[in-house]
Amino acid sequence: MSVTLTVNGSLLTLEAPPASRLLDVLRERLGLTGTKEGCGEGECGACTILLDGVPVNSCLVALGQCAGREVTTVEGLGDAQHLTPLQEAMVTEGGAQCGICTPGMLLSAEALLREKPAPTDGEIREAIAGNVCRCTGYQRIVNAITEGARRREVRP
Amino acid sequence: MAPSVGKSVPRVDGPAKAAGSARYVDDLVLPGMLHGATVRSDVARGRLLGVDLDPAFDWSGITVVTAEDVPVNSVPIIETDQPVLARDEIRHAYEPVALLACEDRLRLEKALRHVALRVEPLPPVLTIDDALAAREVIRPPDNVSKRYLITKGKGGTAGPGVVDGCEVVVRGVYESGAQEHVYIEPNGMIAFWDEEGAHVEGSLQCPYYVQKGIKGVFGLPDDGVDVTQAVTGGGFGGKEEYPTILALHALLLAKKSGRPVKLVYGRQEDVEASTKRHPSRVEIATGCDRDGTLRAVSIRVLFDGGAYVTLTPVVLSRGALHACGAYRWEDVHVEALAVATNTPPNGAFRGFGAPQTIWAIERHLDRIARTLGLDPMELRRKNLLRLGDTTATGQTLKESVGVEECVEKAIAASGFVEKRARGPVVTGRLARGIGAAVFLHGAGFTGSGEKYLKGKIAVDLLPGERALVRTASTEMGQGTETVFRQIVADALGIAVDAVDFAVPSTKNVPDSGPTVASRTVMVVGSIAERAATELRARVGQEATARGLSRSEAWERLAADPARATALVQYEPPPGVVWDDATYSGDAYPAYGWACDIAEVEVDLDTFETKVTGFWAAVDVGRVMNPTLCAGQVEGGTLQAIGWALTEKLVTRDGKILNPRMTNYIVPTSLDAPPFTTILVEAPYSRGPGGAKGVGELPMDGGAPAVAAAIEHATGLVLDRVPLLPEDLFEASLKGDAR
Ligand code: FES
Ligand code: FES
Repeated sequence: MSVTLTVNGSLLTLEAPPASRLLDVLRERLGLTGTKEGCGEGECGACTILLDGVPVNSCLVALGQCAGREVTTVEGLGDAQHLTPLQEAMVTEGGAQCGICTPGMLLSAEALLREKPAPTDGEIREAIAGNVCRCTGYQRIVNAITEGARRREVRP
Repeated sequence: MAPSVGKSVPRVDGPAKAAGSARYVDDLVLPGMLHGATVRSDVARGRLLGVDLDPAFDWSGITVVTAEDVPVNSVPIIETDQPVLARDEIRHAYEPVALLACEDRLRLEKALRHVALRVEPLPPVLTIDDALAAREVIRPPDNVSKRYLITKGKGGTAGPGVVDGCEVVVRGVYESGAQEHVYIEPNGMIAFWDEEGAHVEGSLQCPYYVQKGIKGVFGLPDDGVDVTQAVTGGGFGGKEEYPTILALHALLLAKKSGRPVKLVYGRQEDVEASTKRHPSRVEIATGCDRDGTLRAVSIRVLFDGGAYVTLTPVVLSRGALHACGAYRWEDVHVEALAVATNTPPNGAFRGFGAPQTIWAIERHLDRIARTLGLDPMELRRKNLLRLGDTTATGQTLKESVGVEECVEKAIAASGFVEKRARGPVVTGRLARGIGAAVFLHGAGFTGSGEKYLKGKIAVDLLPGERALVRTASTEMGQGTETVFRQIVADALGIAVDAVDFAVPSTKNVPDSGPTVASRTVMVVGSIAERAATELRARVGQEATARGLSRSEAWERLAADPARATALVQYEPPPGVVWDDATYSGDAYPAYGWACDIAEVEVDLDTFETKVTGFWAAVDVGRVMNPTLCAGQVEGGTLQAIGWALTEKLVTRDGKILNPRMTNYIVPTSLDAPPFTTILVEAPYSRGPGGAKGVGELPMDGGAPAVAAAIEHATGLVLDRVPLLPEDLFEASLKGDAR
């Protein structure tokens, strides 16, 4: 069956079983390996993407559910040479260590900042509560998102 | 060039990680690649009678490997007791027995369900007590796999009775459960063979450990094995010895199929089969004066090693060496035992045995304070090791003891004294309390470890006044790559971004020793500095000798393969003396010191605990990169808080009942407290710029600090982690309250 959807701004039509996990389609069919798999059951958030701007776990989303919708992955933010202010803050503030949670974390944060350009620490912690990070203790991720929000004000 | 050490240089591997372009093992694809999977036993102990492939299933295109296919069927770690694939004996419930590979992952999953193991079950040994009772002997003669004895003063003659005759004797027993690493990237490896030999790339901490395993099992020479580290999504010790097994399995499948094979664990398999932190019981008796002056200590440390030896002897050693904590004792008797059980093998996990014994001694200090009616912090301060004191192994501390400064700063920042004095604050059903732990952690390998290891590093001059660091010390999130560039850049007088970091591969980096034991910056960093300093001198001499500018001299050397490289080997500092026979002497070249303070809120109806604030003051010798360093402290501390409050591995009949992230709970952003991290510098003369290790230290203090805070809030005396609500409830029923 064919499914038409937008991925990082490009309109695509894919032939695939509609029950295929979006995570696998992104990683294996489209080569978008920035979306990570940490648990495969909606618990770790490493596979977080934005579906019509809302963060979801792509390991729990079937391709069929994405017909006509817009998917944003970490590759839809900036590339390594052109990081967005949020990505850049994640690096400079120490929000990424091993980096495996970082793409998902960034997408949850991106969704938050689109809604709330100047979130409180509590709002940030709520927004990333589904993204488990085993390395950082979260303090520096919270700092990074706060700093990212500030830098966006200056350079959106 | 302004020095970069001491500055928060942004992580060099950060942009690729933030852009999603960093390539972890599961992101790699080789042409013609098959996917691998493991068939495991599901009983904890038994005799393996056969492996049956369902004749009704279509096995075409599926490679099957069993023990028959393994050239030398034992994984060389410390001992060789662990088979690569079980042949006739099942020793734990996730024992690998057969391997399958197939191009199509769905067919692979189906095939897994068509392999049946014929096993005759035997009664398993599942706990430390089972093992000590030795009704079933799984490790002759008595199920004890390793033993150490440390004595000092009268401990040598009086034995465990060393505390007898002291004014006040206090006894306690402290326990801790297994802990799973839950690196967010599960274990994974990709393997292939060609005319040069075996190649693997994957998620790992120690390329040369994996190489050693492959050489042993396949009988290959050094240059017949190439092990490369892919970007690694967290390790924490969990990718120290375990990845060797994945590498061997993937290579066996690749050899038999003639195709590249990728073997990546799902979360559940990773939790079930990979190593854990050793469950422990620590029995302590102490003797002190009525005024709280500590005199004598007798400790029995018991670790559950699981089904195979793995790194247990070394973990036990570190546990024993940290058992007396950060305190002065005249007379010491420490006996440490590891036992074998039929549970998945326990192995390396950040802290490496020390968190268990520090948990015990810190809780015990609180117990002494309670017995004597003293303030727990005053008791600690009175007895802390100072410069010139000797440790339990008889090591005289000659430098770099920053513990008092840590205590003062943590107390000041947290308002500990006032909050403690105020007593528990109860508002409605919430009770607030505050607690502390003071501790040390040895940096580098224990005793003579570094002497045998002979870690090496290479730095090359590259054209354009650039340099390349080649080391087997890996980046797994802790910042090796960035800090090493800083060290080398400063020593060469160039910018950090003029230094490259070679991908760790046994083909092109020397054996720096494993990336473990808080040794990377202190030990390997020190030789990185020496190598770079040597090259800088070489450039200077070349310039003077030939009347060249610095950059001209650099170019000449960079172009000359005989002179472009400095390869430096670590020499343990003179005067570090260790006796393995008596387990005495200088256990570590230097110690990191710390004071942790936790503030908690306990719901008196539900017994849920929330850590509401955490202050850690940590003496790391020299702060190489404040952001990265504090990140280590906070991340390690949260793992300790998880171990203390939520991470409970539940087992029945040797099987793990909660092998998933839905039911094995690691802390989220909402569970984590805001951290205040204070970095203290009491320099160590042999570390680069004075630096000591920081990787493991933060794992040691979180649990006892949290338990002390809960005790302060609720009056419950808690001697076992983890402390889930049901555990607090149980303690409250037992009337453990003061
Ligand atoms: S992989 Fe989707 S939530 Fe963990
Ligand atoms: S940086 Fe490693 S899991 Fe978050």
